[in-house]
Amino acid sequence: MKPFTYERATSPAAAAKAVADRPGAKFIAGGTNLLDLMKLEVEAPIHLVDVNGLGLDRIETTSDGGLRIGALVSNTALASNETVRRDYGVLSRAIVAGASGQLRNKATTAGNLLQRTRCPYFYDTNQACNKRKPGSGCAAIGGYSRQLAVIGTSTACIATYPGDMAVAMRVLDASVQTVSPAGQTRTIAFGDFHRLPGNTPHIENALAPGELVTAVTLPRPIGGQHFYHKVRDRASYAFALVSVAAVIQRDGSGRVAVGGIAPRPWRVEAAETAMQQGAKAVSARLLAGAKPTTDNAFKVPLVERALAAVMAEARAA
Amino acid sequence: MKFTTPAGQNPIDQLKVIGKPTDRIDGPKKTTGTAPYAYERHDVVPNQAYGYIVGAAIAKGRINAIDLAEAKAAPGVIAIVTADSAGRLGKGKMNTAKLLAGPDVEHYHQAVALIVAETFEQARAAAALVRVDYARAKGRFDLAEQLKGIPLTGDGNAGSPVDRVGDFARAFAAAPVTLDATYTTPDHSHAMMEPHASIAAWDGDALTLWTSNQMIAWGKEELALTLGIPKEKVRVISPYIGGGFGGKLFLRADAVMAALGARAAGRPVKIALARPMMANNTTHRPATIQRIRIGATKDGKITAIAHESGSGDLPGGGPETAVNQTKLLYAGANRLTAMRLAVLDLPEGNAMRAPGEAPGLMALEIAMDEMAEKLGMDPIAFRIANDTQVDPAKPDRKFSQRQLIECLQQGSERFGWQARKAKAAQVRDGQWLVGMGVAAGFRNNITMKSAARVGIDRKGMVTVATDMTDIGTGTYTIIAQTAAEVMGVPLDKVIVLLGDSSFPVSAGSGGQWGANSSTAGVYAACMKLRESVAQRLGFNSAEVEFAGGKVRSGNRSVDLADAAGDAGLSAEDAIEFGDLGKQYQQSTFASHFCEVGVHAMTGEIRIRRMLAVCAAGRILNPKSARNQVIGAMTMGAGAALMEELAVDKRFGFFVNHDLAGYEVPVHADIPHQEVIFLDEVDPTSSPMKAKGVGELGICGVGAAIANAIYNATGARVRDYPITLEKFMDRLPEVA
Repeated sequence: MKPFTYERATSPAAAAKAVADRPGAKFIAGGTNLLDLMKLEVEAPIHLVDVNGLGLDRIETTSDGGLRIGALVSNTALASNETVRRDYGVLSRAIVAGASGQLRNKATTAGNLLQRTRCPYFYDTNQACNKRKPGSGCAAIGGYSRQLAVIGTSTACIATYPGDMAVAMRVLDASVQTVSPAGQTRTIAFGDFHRLPGNTPHIENALAPGELVTAVTLPRPIGGQHFYHKVRDRASYAFALVSVAAVIQRDGSGRVAVGGIAPRPWRVEAAETAMQQGAKAVSARLLAGAKPTTDNAFKVPLVERALAAVMAEARAA
Repeated sequence: MKFTTPAGQNPIDQLKVIGKPTDRIDGPKKTTGTAPYAYERHDVVPNQAYGYIVGAAIAKGRINAIDLAEAKAAPGVIAIVTADSAGRLGKGKMNTAKLLAGPDVEHYHQAVALIVAETFEQARAAAALVRVDYARAKGRFDLAEQLKGIPLTGDGNAGSPVDRVGDFARAFAAAPVTLDATYTTPDHSHAMMEPHASIAAWDGDALTLWTSNQMIAWGKEELALTLGIPKEKVRVISPYIGGGFGGKLFLRADAVMAALGARAAGRPVKIALARPMMANNTTHRPATIQRIRIGATKDGKITAIAHESGSGDLPGGGPETAVNQTKLLYAGANRLTAMRLAVLDLPEGNAMRAPGEAPGLMALEIAMDEMAEKLGMDPIAFRIANDTQVDPAKPDRKFSQRQLIECLQQGSERFGWQARKAKAAQVRDGQWLVGMGVAAGFRNNITMKSAARVGIDRKGMVTVATDMTDIGTGTYTIIAQTAAEVMGVPLDKVIVLLGDSSFPVSAGSGGQWGANSSTAGVYAACMKLRESVAQRLGFNSAEVEFAGGKVRSGNRSVDLADAAGDAGLSAEDAIEFGDLGKQYQQSTFASHFCEVGVHAMTGEIRIRRMLAVCAAGRILNPKSARNQVIGAMTMGAGAALMEELAVDKRFGFFVNHDLAGYEVPVHADIPHQEVIFLDEVDPTSSPMKAKGVGELGICGVGAAIANAIYNATGARVRDYPITLEKFMDRLPEVA
């Protein structure tokens, strides 16, 4: 870990400005991912701006009947929120499927959105990684890639977005609220928030330098049955091989997003028109153009199988 | 005390303290954080500096140059050690690769430099500034590839002949029912909670090392050898150990680098290996590729059995002896066991919990399940039909105790085995396919010379000192129980001091020999002390009785405290084992049962319940023994379902080298475990009549789970770990 300086921000806009003014500065909230990466020098910020204590830890209903989740709401608080459990069950289930109780107590909503890949080559600073060190190459391609992405990848990077919460937010059509260093706010549709790697895998989201996430907004509840089926070797405390977030209506129509297979929560709205035809039809559209490796080719049929499991559960209920 | 004839009646047989389920005497210290582990010994020596090890970034090659300029200039840096500055170093007899690389690099994350700094953070930050210029060489990293063309040998020593009984080839060719299958097990990491950690302090030319090591005397000798100093100048202290599983049997880089760092810095240095270094810097259980052939008559009698195992290691290393149990577990007149050893440039392989038997039974006990099915026999009945009460290679040599049949039968009843469907894929519970599996467990009993010193003081306190270690196993408690039993005092009158090379040399903790051997050593010392007590009191030692803190003879009774007097009394002795282990085959046996659910659509596997029935001699403390067995069953579940060091065959290293990548079971994976110990005493093993259980508990577990998965799904997987992609295409079609 490299030495760094630290300050506590006084307002969201001030925090954004503090980071924008110091190239190499980063925000810190729960620190559950950033501190690990700093210890390994995968991340080496010269300055940390602490955004805890900015009043961004509230969950409020919005004027149009949705929910505004402050950026600093902990995973535990969000998953156990009564409204979330009643109206946005997929989100609650996704969160408790991730990490451990201790980590969820510390992890924040915005931090969770921004968590970085668990690709082992990204974590090992002896190995080439375009995400960690742009232009150095990708040791994961041709290496051990069982956990890595099968779609949305590039010749520069095959890393997976590791989170659970964001997969549920994607299926709920959430949006991300931000404030810029100049104090301007904007709304980013969830589908535009995480970026595909292309030739710049180190750029992982739509945030401008210094731009701070202040909240995630959920639209009005959409009803239906909510599922989060996370497939993994270990029963708990493991990243998804494949996870399926789904909201299924009585008539079999619905929405689905998939985790564990792509550099971002993977949703193809056009595939959802096939929901009533079953898992095969949906996953064929969802995974069109997938380029798995030998190690992770199983994820393609596994998506279909996991979705079929969810659909069967929906029918049985 | 020489142990050369089977034990008769002795004070242990009173079973007033021994054999009782007893809480750990060190439990309160552990649960209140007052049992200090090596890295926490802030109290023992002032002015400790922090060391951080730089691991090699390549698997094989040479160091052209190391640029230390930036690291030297970094804040807080006191000293830097590399092979160039370390002086001439030897190598431990049990180390395959050197513990400090240079100029050659033998494996990934082999230590290449040590930074010593005022704080841990400074040492770590400076370590990242060490610039090493490597010349990468081509390495051998693919086990299957490297095994091609390697000849078979017997026990793994070059040139030793293949172990044969009868004529396997002919009997196998003639057998009406045969199996010929290949099984693989991957490299495993010990993944104990406490990393390798040491504090080293020099006082002139004498070195004290506070460390975490299972074998104090080995560690002392190997450290002296590596540093090139007399072993009398080395003291090793390791009273509390946060798990080892074989990973701390040997001297490792933390100890050597702490000693070198302390010498260079001129002050004490502490080092803990960072978690991401442990998989590649230290040892691991080697991967195996095993071929098993079994031939049987139509009524299920094995006539031919062959087990060949291939594994790899660095040049000069040894094989994973995965064929051990196949020499002894089942009858059969014609037998062949053999191994192949390939050279690999991966980190060095070595012992991990039940080396040999653990991976060997993962294969053999699937093979037995497959064979039972071919024969149309119940897998328990098939095993019972092929039981042997003698060493199949030397039929006049009996097992000292062998209750495998009883383990299987009692397990069958307790587990409800009769509910199992013989045909696979018959039971469904919602979206889950449910199945049951069984396997035999087997682990040889090893005895090792073990010494102890026992004293009594004026207050009647009995103090035991031995360099034996407690690696989480419960050693403190069973040693206290032993001394309490023999000296006739309550448990709270016994103080146990362990893990210090200034104490008598014990068996140490490994190969499940620790419990039986070390308590037998304590027994020997206590018996000698009883003699001294009797002599001092002028009692006839043949009729003296030690009970309730008193010594009685006829109508005379004296408090032990008074017998000790102000000067106290002390005795030291060792148990030394004769050839009973040769006269009798001493082994431990178990049956393992498992029920699993396999998700019919996704292939997720979840264990529903597990049972182990163990026959392992006298159980000294059923509570700590159970604790050992359920821990071992959990480790076996990990081996069955998730544990695998993933090899990057291009760059030659274990890729998933942290606990996020190398998954071991969590609580949610292990819903219900039951352990039963059969009544058994084995007078041939020691005066304690005990054997080991800590490794028996893992032996066979993986196969029981694999067989349950087969029974649930009809999909036979012969490659561990059994992860869903290996059988998903054989699950029912989805709509």
